[in-house]
Amino acid sequence: MSDSSPVRTATFTYRLRRFFGSLAPHLVLAGYSVFALFPIFMILINSFKTRKAIFGAPFELPNAQTFSLIGYETVTKRANFAQYFINSTIVTIGALLLILLIGAMAAYALSEYRFPGNALLGLYLSIGIMIPIRLGTVGILRLMVGLNLVNTLAGLILVYIAQGLPLTIFILSQFMRQVPRELKDAARIDGASEYRIFMLVLPLVRPALGAIGIFTMIPIWNDLWFPLIISPSAKTATITLGVQQFLGQFVSDWNAVLSSLTLAMVPILIFYIVFSGQMIRSITAGAIK
Amino acid sequence: MASVTYRHVWKKFGDFVALHDLDIEIADKEFLVLVGPSGCGKTTALRCLAGLEEVTQGQVLIGDTVVNDVAPKDRDIAMVFQSYALYPHMTVFDNMAFGLKLRKVPKAEIKRRVEEAAQTLGIEHLLKRKPRELSGGQRQRVAVGRAIVREPKVFLFDEPLSNLDAKLRVQTRAEISKLHQRLQTTFIYVTHDQVEAMTMATRIAVMNKGILQQLDTPQNLYDKPDNLFVAGFIGSPAMNFSDAHLRRDNGGLYVVADDNSFTVRIPEERVPVYMPHAGKKVIFGIRPEDIHNPEFAPPGIHAAPVECKVDVTELMGNEIFLYLVSGRNSFVARVDPRTRFAVGDRVQVVFNMDNFHIFDPSVDAENPKAIR
Repeated sequence: MSDSSPVRTATFTYRLRRFFGSLAPHLVLAGYSVFALFPIFMILINSFKTRKAIFGAPFELPNAQTFSLIGYETVTKRANFAQYFINSTIVTIGALLLILLIGAMAAYALSEYRFPGNALLGLYLSIGIMIPIRLGTVGILRLMVGLNLVNTLAGLILVYIAQGLPLTIFILSQFMRQVPRELKDAARIDGASEYRIFMLVLPLVRPALGAIGIFTMIPIWNDLWFPLIISPSAKTATITLGVQQFLGQFVSDWNAVLSSLTLAMVPILIFYIVFSGQMIRSITAGAIK
Repeated sequence: MASVTYRHVWKKFGDFVALHDLDIEIADKEFLVLVGPSGCGKTTALRCLAGLEEVTQGQVLIGDTVVNDVAPKDRDIAMVFQSYALYPHMTVFDNMAFGLKLRKVPKAEIKRRVEEAAQTLGIEHLLKRKPRELSGGQRQRVAVGRAIVREPKVFLFDEPLSNLDAKLRVQTRAEISKLHQRLQTTFIYVTHDQVEAMTMATRIAVMNKGILQQLDTPQNLYDKPDNLFVAGFIGSPAMNFSDAHLRRDNGGLYVVADDNSFTVRIPEERVPVYMPHAGKKVIFGIRPEDIHNPEFAPPGIHAAPVECKVDVTELMGNEIFLYLVSGRNSFVARVDPRTRFAVGDRVQVVFNMDNFHIFDPSVDAENPKAIR
């Protein structure tokens, strides 16, 4: 008994230390989550309250007296709202698919082929990561006017492709370099065309595609700047732009604003959940074999 | 069925010369093994033949056709890679059928060929699985199967056994040899493992630093290495080398170690070969199995006694490896297991002077040529 106790003490302290050791990061992360989710929670609860309750008791959950769907009614009554929703979806999905396709092809070429200026081209393509595309807004607007793309969704999609490509190419080419050369060689000997080999490589970088999906999609969905400048017409407005009509200089319809924001969050949350599994896998890729 | 020819092939990566005037003719149905340390150019040679690398200069021929400008898929070759390079999202069947599908082979024919190959390799039950559900040995078989179904003129193997464990490697080695006999096709096999090379090849090409060192049958490479590199590379444990010189004395010719730690007499019948080099510096080489414990030395050999100190002994069961020190020279000897030498003992061993090698460092100091 006497000679077993030091061992037990050691195990106990070890367990204690391990417990607190793992507690600290969880506390920090939980705190951050609360901090980050609080505004979303506020939007959500207040969207179901009367105007008076929003201002009177903004932190309270809606109850029998304060519960109201007035905001959602306003939003749905405005026929355009469905249109904004569709516009946002077309722009986001369209831009996303094209970014992934074009970006993956460029990344494949950069990682697979040895040609003069390869490194330089890679550098040139990634400069866009450091320079915000909004700096070029005036030029872009002029270009759009010249091409007759103002007030079209196509114009908006093109801008977002330009915005999303640099990071996509940068990240994907790193991932594509990790795809074993032998695999591509085997396909080449088997008689696959370069396009076929590209299609063979794509599923192998799927986690990276998932991560890039999130990184590029959220800013596009949330963007107010380019819809406001390039396609502000009622027909082509996106949801973030559409919400603005409830915000006036003197009077804002807060019920409608909060309701439309809540509705706007739903699709992006769904996408996030779909892609996040992939993203987590890509972040841990390499850490765990 | 086809022969393969490397005609003065050079391959450069920038300033680095990966292949230095490689000139080999490989006969139809031959099993040629390219062997050498890593970075010696053996894989580059194979990749040039496969069309995965362009040669800088020279010609590569398959059969009578120069294939320098022929795409890999049109060279009628199949390759098995070190990492197996199976397509991870396809089933075993699809992996094997991929090349045939791309060549628009009729479905029934694909099915027949894949099933036949799977049967040969004993992987029929795995056809519906994905590569990640297979063990290393099974993956290796699938990779070989993918090559077989193509029915190519030439099979290329790039270190296909390096990722297998020791036991499986020995087993698969024998299976590849059997496969070669059955298919009656040209095999070109790259490895850094000289045991694989010795056991499977009809001929071995030993390479170092992009230069072909010697091309010969396994037995000839072992018995008559052309130069110091080949002598040291083929055989395990490696051949023992000592700096020495040749001395003429009393009508006989002797090999004398530079530090005078041993003097051994060259047998009469071999004296004429070495006489022109009398008095010169040489490198003396003797294989571990040609150093004997005098007690168990085979009768009738030209035995030359040498005094040594035992440094380490390793009992292998059927033999003992003795690490011996004599002056500044050290030797490994593979001796009879009944030998009872202890570490630190000063002992006498005998060199079998019927099998020794002498290299002349005067021409090429880095890789002295054998004197024959």
